[in-house]
Amino acid sequence: MGSIRVLTKAYGAVEVDERQKLLFPGGILGFENLKEYVLLDAAQPPFYWLQSLEAVEIAFVLLDPRVFRPDYSLEVAPEELAEIGLHSPEEALDFAIVTIPEDPKEMTANLQGPVLINRAGRLGRQAISTNPRWELRHPIMKELALARKK
Amino acid sequence: MLVLSRKIDECIMIGDQIEISVVDIKGDQVKLGISAPSAVKVYRKEVYQAIQRENIEAARVKPSALPSLEDLLPKEKKD
Repeated sequence: MGSIRVLTKAYGAVEVDERQKLLFPGGILGFENLKEYVLLDAAQPPFYWLQSLEAVEIAFVLLDPRVFRPDYSLEVAPEELAEIGLHSPEEALDFAIVTIPEDPKEMTANLQGPVLINRAGRLGRQAISTNPRWELRHPIMKELALARKK
Repeated sequence: MLVLSRKIDECIMIGDQIEISVVDIKGDQVKLGISAPSAVKVYRKEVYQAIQRENIEAARVKPSALPSLEDLLPKEKKD
């Protein structure tokens, strides 16, 4: 496995390990035509970038929801996991997509539509949570502050 | 689009495995029962649309706007 040169929205051209390449057979909702992504560490931990390989301007900020919600658990239909060759939620690497408005303090995480990754198979999918407790817009800073108080 | 009229307790079949029945009708609200193989995922359309819209908003991110979480948190007081 070699490295590949990737154009990114955040960092321009970068070399990444070919193993960071992921195929999203169903795309991301709203971007169903884009299937190929790379997962990159952001310069600002603990964030990641999910960068489209087909459209440089399309990139998503990802975050492990457990960073601000220690009580988070991935709850999706088994069929959603099976679509990318996984058998249980524990096998998935999972993230929330982060929306950053003008004031970054107001940024929110989408726990209703978690991004699932099968690391070994290099496959990804955006699923829909089966638990209504996980919502479209969780205020990250507020929930992080609550988690730290406990 | 195929448009069918159904009464309470009547059904339609989609293929030979998906059955949709009209369970109840009250005013402008129709209650539907859906039987489908577990591999067929059924969601309210609004959920899909809301996630699509949120993704489109999320993809607008300017990389320079991405903060470090530590920088945003109030500094912990040292005793």
